Amino acid sequence: MLHTQTKSLDVESIRKDFPILQRKVHNKPLVYLDNAATSQKPGQVIEAIDFYYKNYNANVHRSIHQLGEEATAKFEEAHQKIADFINADSYQNIVLTKNTTESLNLVAYSLTAGLKKGDEIVISQMEHHSNFVPWQQLAKQRGLKLKFIKIDEEGKLDEESIKENITKNTKIVSITQVSNVLGTINPIEEITKIAHENNAFMVVDGAQAAPHMPIDVKKLDADFYAFSGHKMLGPTGVGVLYGKKELLESMQPFLYGGEMIREVRFEDTKFNELPWKFEAGTPNIIEGIGLGVAIDYLNEAGMKQVHERDKELVEYAMERLKEIKGVAIYGPKERGAVASFNVHGIHAHDVSQVLDSEGVAIRAGHHCCMPLMSVLGVAATARASFYLYNTEQEIDTFINAIHKVKKVFGV
Amino acid sequence: MMYQENILDHYKSPRNFGRIGNATVHHHEYNPLCGDEIELYLVIDENKKVIDVKFYGRGCAISLASASMLTEQIKGKTLDELKNMTKEDILEMLGIPISPVRLKCALLSLDTLKNSILIFEKYVRK
Repeated sequence: MLHTQTKSLDVESIRKDFPILQRKVHNKPLVYLDNAATSQKPGQVIEAIDFYYKNYNANVHRSIHQLGEEATAKFEEAHQKIADFINADSYQNIVLTKNTTESLNLVAYSLTAGLKKGDEIVISQMEHHSNFVPWQQLAKQRGLKLKFIKIDEEGKLDEESIKENITKNTKIVSITQVSNVLGTINPIEEITKIAHENNAFMVVDGAQAAPHMPIDVKKLDADFYAFSGHKMLGPTGVGVLYGKKELLESMQPFLYGGEMIREVRFEDTKFNELPWKFEAGTPNIIEGIGLGVAIDYLNEAGMKQVHERDKELVEYAMERLKEIKGVAIYGPKERGAVASFNVHGIHAHDVSQVLDSEGVAIRAGHHCCMPLMSVLGVAATARASFYLYNTEQEIDTFINAIHKVKKVFGV
Repeated sequence: MMYQENILDHYKSPRNFGRIGNATVHHHEYNPLCGDEIELYLVIDENKKVIDVKFYGRGCAISLASASMLTEQIKGKTLDELKNMTKEDILEMLGIPISPVRLKCALLSLDTLKNSILIFEKYVRK
């Protein structure tokens, strides 16, 4: 792999690192445009997983033997790599979970435990179910009030609605950095300022942001930041929760059991230090190590370059989509690497099905955003999402496939 | 290929599409995964035979074509005959390969029919 921090990405050489891109689907070359659902994995990550199981598979933090020490060192190193990736102070700020959903549940359970009836939580209309349902259900259980920042016609958070909703009664604000449907990039720094002026905690769903742009949790100043490994070239089964140290220290653990304890007596238990206090049971050792390797890969490519490349791809895709009569595109012009659309008169599932027959993989449905779908007034959308290994040529194949959809359906 | 001519024909010009004001039973099913919706209206005579049927809804080509074709089969059949209809009958009726993820779309109309019959037997004609 020969790409430097200053030059743009060498897409040709990047593509060679992803074995799955050689695959054919229905006898056509795979065009994988479902990266917002999960990304593909480079050989480096796949080999690291293989190497672990063949060479140093052991449990961490307990086994006094060579393999145990090697596994522990690698697992801890992965926490440090993740911390550096988002500019956190220390590995102690990094809790490994199963996925973004679990990270957000952890925060939601722990933070709402200290709230009183009538306290308010503010989220937005564009939240993914993972940053929606936990707050909604805990608000119901604990008598809290859940409020929603509205989106404007373009699909951005409405500035007036942000100010109206975040008040002195607000205790928690939880917002996605990049919408998985609209692609909207939300002004997290500004919203965090408003949340903090009102003494509320700021939680960020970074699932669609961390894989695609440089993240600096210090600059954002958010109290919590959640994301998933599998959307950023890593394996499934590992998510991240970043939290400010003093907050993580003051919070009750979310899961109890082994690994998260320092001392257990019949009467009571002392919890382990951070971050292990939140990683109960045998953790996702190889998934964590694999995510570390994925981060190495992204660092070598350069997150600035990844972000620039994403922009080129999504802008090209939007331009080409606009050429097609009867295609409606959702979301603002400035956006992350997703393009949601509908073809007039054809259900998104049918669009996706015909695209699949051309080897093109996209997502169709409500994208785990049913409340947002109701705001947009649609049952479903089709969504193409891009990553560093995609090419303009693949987007051309995708566009040609949409013309085929229209032909099949005679519209 | 899933989108054969007869499927597209039923999708674009669904048979028995509409509503019946004085239906004996009317039931609405929803598939939240795709946002497909089917409303089924049945007129059932004293011999428990379906003498008229209409459906209304929105959805993908598979779910709407399946509903349209099913209404053609329903008319004139007794509830007992309809109760015996299976997933296999629907797949045979469609005559196209249905991938596992699209099975829900294909079977939404059958679910609506089965639940309509249950409602009829429980609440309309005790």
